[in-house]
Order: sequence, then structure tokens, then C-alpha cells
Amino acid sequence: MLKIENLQASIDDKSILKGLNLEVKAGEVHAIMGPNGAGKSTLANIIAGKEDYEVTAGTIELNGEDISELAPEERAHNGVFLSFQYPVEIPGVSVTNFIKTAINETRKAKGLEDMPAKDMLKMIREKSELLEIDRKFLSRSLNEGFSGGEKKRNEIFQMAMLEPKLAILDETDSGLDIDALRIVANGVNKLKSKDNAVIVITHYQRLLDYIVPDFVHVLYDGKIVKSGDASLALELEAKGYDWIKKELV
Amino acid sequence: MSKYTEEDLEKELETQEYKYGFYTDIESDTFPVGLNEDVVRAISKKKNEPEWMTEWRLEAFRVWEKMEEPEWANVHYEKPKFQDIAYYSAPKKKPKLNSLDEVDPELLDTFKRLGISIDEQKKLANVAVDIVMDSVSVATTFKKTLGEKGIIFMPISEAIQEHPELVRKYLGTVVPTTDNFYAALNSAVFSDGSFCYIPKGVRCPMELSTYFRINEGGTGQFERTLVVADKGSYVSYLEGCTAPSRDENQLHAAVVELIAMDDAEIKYSTVQNWYPGNKEGKGGVYNFVTKRGLCENNAKISWTQVETGSAVTWKYPSCILKGNNSVGEFYSIAVTNNHQQADTGTKMIHLGKNTRSTIISKGISAGHSQNSYRGLVHVGARAENARNFSQCDSLLMGNACGAHTFPYIEAKNKSAQIEHEATTSKIGEDQLFYCNQRGIDTEKAIALIVNGFSKEVLNKLPMEFAVEAQKLLEISLEGSVG
Ligand SMILES: Nc1ncnc2c1ncn2[C@@H]1O[C@H](COP(=O)(O)OP(=O)(O)OP(=O)(O)O)[C@@H](O)[C@H]1O
Ligand SMILES: [Mg+2]
Repeated sequence: MLKIENLQASIDDKSILKGLNLEVKAGEVHAIMGPNGAGKSTLANIIAGKEDYEVTAGTIELNGEDISELAPEERAHNGVFLSFQYPVEIPGVSVTNFIKTAINETRKAKGLEDMPAKDMLKMIREKSELLEIDRKFLSRSLNEGFSGGEKKRNEIFQMAMLEPKLAILDETDSGLDIDALRIVANGVNKLKSKDNAVIVITHYQRLLDYIVPDFVHVLYDGKIVKSGDASLALELEAKGYDWIKKELV
Repeated sequence: MSKYTEEDLEKELETQEYKYGFYTDIESDTFPVGLNEDVVRAISKKKNEPEWMTEWRLEAFRVWEKMEEPEWANVHYEKPKFQDIAYYSAPKKKPKLNSLDEVDPELLDTFKRLGISIDEQKKLANVAVDIVMDSVSVATTFKKTLGEKGIIFMPISEAIQEHPELVRKYLGTVVPTTDNFYAALNSAVFSDGSFCYIPKGVRCPMELSTYFRINEGGTGQFERTLVVADKGSYVSYLEGCTAPSRDENQLHAAVVELIAMDDAEIKYSTVQNWYPGNKEGKGGVYNFVTKRGLCENNAKISWTQVETGSAVTWKYPSCILKGNNSVGEFYSIAVTNNHQQADTGTKMIHLGKNTRSTIISKGISAGHSQNSYRGLVHVGARAENARNFSQCDSLLMGNACGAHTFPYIEAKNKSAQIEHEATTSKIGEDQLFYCNQRGIDTEKAIALIVNGFSKEVLNKLPMEFAVEAQKLLEISLEGSVG
């Protein structure tokens, strides 16, 4: 599904990713952990196509195709979804209107007609139930005045609506209360299939109790320095990152 | 008739700079250029007007001659050469219409290109359309339905013939001929426009709508609209405009007068999409409009406008809240792109007791454009407990444009409560990336964000108009971000 080789990227001449390799296959869940400022969000943004970064070396392939020249919306049309660490507000645009536009623009890119309103409503009903979202919430302006947890839940609602091939969840767990965490994680699990893949970026093991990863990677100083199975997350939770840093020296 | 081929048309449509730009090939007879008393007389004669009307025009002309073009607005442009304009143009073939089938097919085609086929409108929107084509109305529909309720809705030229007592009583009572340079000019030479009268206690059962068009190259357009809502009546009036692309500057100086008698309500909505000039700022319509409404006791007037076109706009729909408990509202979206300049806003003149006014202004500037809000809230000495709330929001796109707010407040009564809020924001890179990530390209993302920003005003428009307005916002901001 996703294959990243020797990815190097910088911003304002500051090098952030320093030769990163990652391969994610369909049906897999990968967790990426690592200290603050290691480059996790940067990686997510670059996969999604944010233009602020300068990619100086390496390749990103999605389903065997190099996507480095694609605009962010084209990557989205190809099934890339990013749940933002800090979702932005768009005043006056309701959640419903936003997701409707997103879906229909994606369909348009694929040469499809707009989704019939009836189908759209049905889907909205299903997915909001799945994530236990109050329908009233969907008529509010996108992220405006949303609590931290509401923003995150709304991200996953959008993911559920868009049914991406590759979902990257950047600290979706932070800000969620215990119940919300369970609801959101269950939602993600229900959306998982053998045809799609999920990358979860997180600082905490507790999310991984719900969304059990096939692989856990440690991103440190712009590189993946250690990979393992779910038990690695437990080890990190217990010991922190120092022992890995020491291993590196 | 200037040369303007189908090919030229296609080229224009191709560039999408002005999607609704087209030119209709209807034969016109046009007066020679220039303005003097004889021309004013000739216009009046051509229209077979009664003596009092001719005199009224001449008086206005004499006043205008002595006036200077105002300079205080925050707009810069080459002054129109008033002696180089032809002051009258009317379609030669003026068909007598009993039904739409009799309308010039070319004209119908014009409407189709506008996306406002009358048939469709009839069916879907329940709208009576009185179309002003090159200054003379050529089609009036739904006259019968309205007639049964005693509602008069017709070209003002016809109203002068058929209801002279009404026109004479109200014309110029809200915007006097001496009001300002452009209003005086309009009074002298106005070609046509609409007249609407709603009798006592009648609720107009449909939205009344007029599409204004500027058609003949170099012909100034001077529309005159008069809406009178008698006691306890209600009417919603829609005005929409579009014009062909061309190089020459075209002057438009309309006057709209609204009269809401005791307990009456008038909603007046405008979507304005005149040719704004090309990317370099060449050409485009000069739009100098005087719009004013008078409210008697417990009356209400709401102006809602979506302004996306014109090279230069100078426009302040206003309310004179003369009666006690009367209400004035102004909801506006003004979009400027490329080299457009808009100086627009409102005046709320509180004279009666317990009068209330609301002003919501949304300015969107892109390219090298300048967008100014200019608003006056005046509270007279006898206007006990007057209240006003004003909110002016500006949205900037790029760094080369400007947004300006000029609020003026004159409160002569201590009990007045006046609130003013203003914000300025920019479309953020992060917002665009967020939309892009969801599969929405930048152009569409901007449209979405702009629609969100304008929502409070869009919501005030009648449904079918709101859809058109959203389309216009989208079109007028196309290409505004590289
Ligand atoms: N736009 C930017 N301009 C300057 N520096 C940036 C920018 N974006 C990221 N950085 C820097 O790049 C480094 C990596 O940031 P990134 O957000 O990817 O970290 P992270 O691993 O997601 O951290 P956290 O766990 O705190 O979310 C940080 O040092 C950050 O300050
Ligand atoms: Mg981060």
C-alpha cells in the first residue's frame, strides 16, 4: 500500500526527516511513536502532500505509484486520509456541508456523479451512529468552538464518511476522554478491512489496547530507529525513550 | 451596431473571466451622444410622457448641470465623459406579448445563457419576471395573478401612462432629484425601470423579480425603480443583473425608491454581477446607485445585496426610519477581485421613537482590489430609544488587496444604543490544506470558505436567489489564488 524509502525533508533549511523508511501493507495497522519534535506530524503531512516542506531525497509510493508529484487533493482522491493533530476551524461551513463537498469532489475526480442526497443522508446517519455523534452537532460550523475531543471525533467521522485506503491518525487519542477513546477506537476497528491500512501516531499505549497494531515503530530524530510488534509499545510505556537513545550511540 | 461575433463571445466564455458575458443582437435605436435639454425632452417625448413628467425631468437636468461629481468615495477611476454617452436606447422590435411564445427567440436564448429560463422560473420559483432589456421592458409575466390582488407591477414607463397619479405622488419623494449628482442625472434621463404598488393589507404572493441588463455598447443605463407598499402590506422584490463583457466603460446610475407605509414590509434583494473589467482592470461597469427606503410607523425595510461585479461600485442602500418602531436592515456581501473597487455600505437614519436597525456587511477582497465599507448611523434628537447593531467583517485573499471600514455615527439623542463590531481575517494556508486533504481543490475550498464567511447574509436571500448568489461568489473569485 505505502512504501517510503530514504525520505529526507526539511523546512526553512532545517532538516527534519533524515532518511526514513516505512512499508505498510494492506490490512495492516502500524503505530508510530516517538518523542515530541521527532518528526511524526511532519511525516504525516508530507504523505498527505503539504507543500511547506522540501523533500530533498527519497520516494513515497502509494500502491506502486510514486505520489510525490501529486497535489494534496489528488492524494486524497487516491485514498489518503489524515486525521489532523490540530484540526482547523472553518466558520460558517457546517460539518455536513463540508463532508458533502469532500465526498462529491472526490467522486467528481473519479468521473462519478454527485452522491444522491438520499444516500448521503443514510450514510451520515449510519456513521454518526457508529461514532455516537449527536446529529445536531453536524449542523455546527466545522470545528468552530468544538472541544478538543469533539474535534478528534469529528475527524474520525470524516474518515468514516470518506472510507480511505490509507488512514493516518495523528494523535487522534489526545484530548479524548475514556469513553470517547473507546468509541473512536471501536469506530476505527469497524472501518478496518483487509483492503485498507491504518497508521496511528500516538504517545500512549492505551489507544493501542483498543486498536491493536501489527507493527510499532519508534521515530526518533527524523528516522525510524526501532520497529517491533505490539509489545514494543508496552516496553516504551514502561521504560520511556532513553534506552533507545542509548542504544543508538 | 458594433462588431461582436459569436467567436468573440466564445472566447470570452472560454476565459471564464466573465461567465455570463454575452451580447444580444437585438436591433436598437439609439440617440446620438450628448446631453442637453433637447435630449431630455426627446427622451420624454419618445416615451410619450405627460407634461408634468417632462418638466420633472427638465428640472432635474437643470440641477444636475450645476452639480459636481462627488469625490469623497474611496475609489479612483477615469470620470465618464457625460457628453459622450448616448442617453436613450430601445429595442426596435418591441413585441406585444401575451405569452412567452411571442418573445423574440433571441431574447429567450439570452435568458437561457443566463441560466434563468423563464419557463423554469415560472414552474419552479413562482416568480413573476419583468425583464428590462436595454432600458425598455419587453416581457411581463404573471401580471394577471398579481392583478387579481390589485398589485401593480410593470415597467415604470407604462406606470406613468396607466397610473400617473400614483407615480406622480411618490416619484422623487424618497430620493429627491437634487439628492446627488447621479440621482439628478438619473431623474433627467431615466429610460425605464420597474414600478410596484402593493395595496393595503395585501401580502404579495410571489417574489417579484427584475433582471436588468446593459446591452448596447456605450449606452449609459439609468434605471428607475419605485416600490410602494401601502399600509400593512408585504412584498419581496428581487433584482439581478448581468452584462456583456466589453472594453468601454459603461456607466450605470440607477435610483431605487422604496416606501413602506404603516405596518408594511419590503424586502429588497439584489444580486449584482456586472462586468468588472478584465484582469488588468480595463473596462467594466461603473455602478453609481442611489437606493433609499422610507419607513413609516411599525414598517420594516430590509436590503440584502450580493455585489460581485462592476469595476467601480458606489452604493449605499439606506433606510429612513421616520415612523415610530420602524426597522431597517442591511445585509451585504461585496466581493472585489483583480482591480475592482467598491465603496459601499448603508445609512440608517433614525428619526422615529424605538427605531431599530441592523447592519451586517461582509467584504471579500482579492487580487489588487479595494473594498470599502462606509456606513452612517444617524440618530435624530427625537428618536428616543433608537438601537443599532453593526457588524463589518472583511476577508482578505492575498497581500495586494485592501479592506477599509468607515463607520460614521451621529447620535443626537442620549438614549441611543449603538454597537459596532468589526473583524478582518485571511484565508489561512492551514484551512486550504485541510480542505485539500479532504479532496477539495483550492478553488473549491475558497468558494466553500467564502460561502461560510458570507452565510449570515446568504441566508437572508430567497432560496432560489441564494443558489445563484453562491455561484456568483464562486465565479467572481475564480483564479484569485495562484
Ligand atoms: N512549519 C515549520 N517551521 C519550522 N519548524 C517546523 C515546522 N513544522 C515542524 N517543524 C519542526 O520540525 C520538528 C518536527 O515536528 P513535528 O511536528 O513533525 O513533530 P512531532 O513528532 O509530530 O511532535 P509531537 O509529538 O510534539 O506532535 C519540530 O522540531 C518542529 O519544531
Ligand atoms: Mg505531532
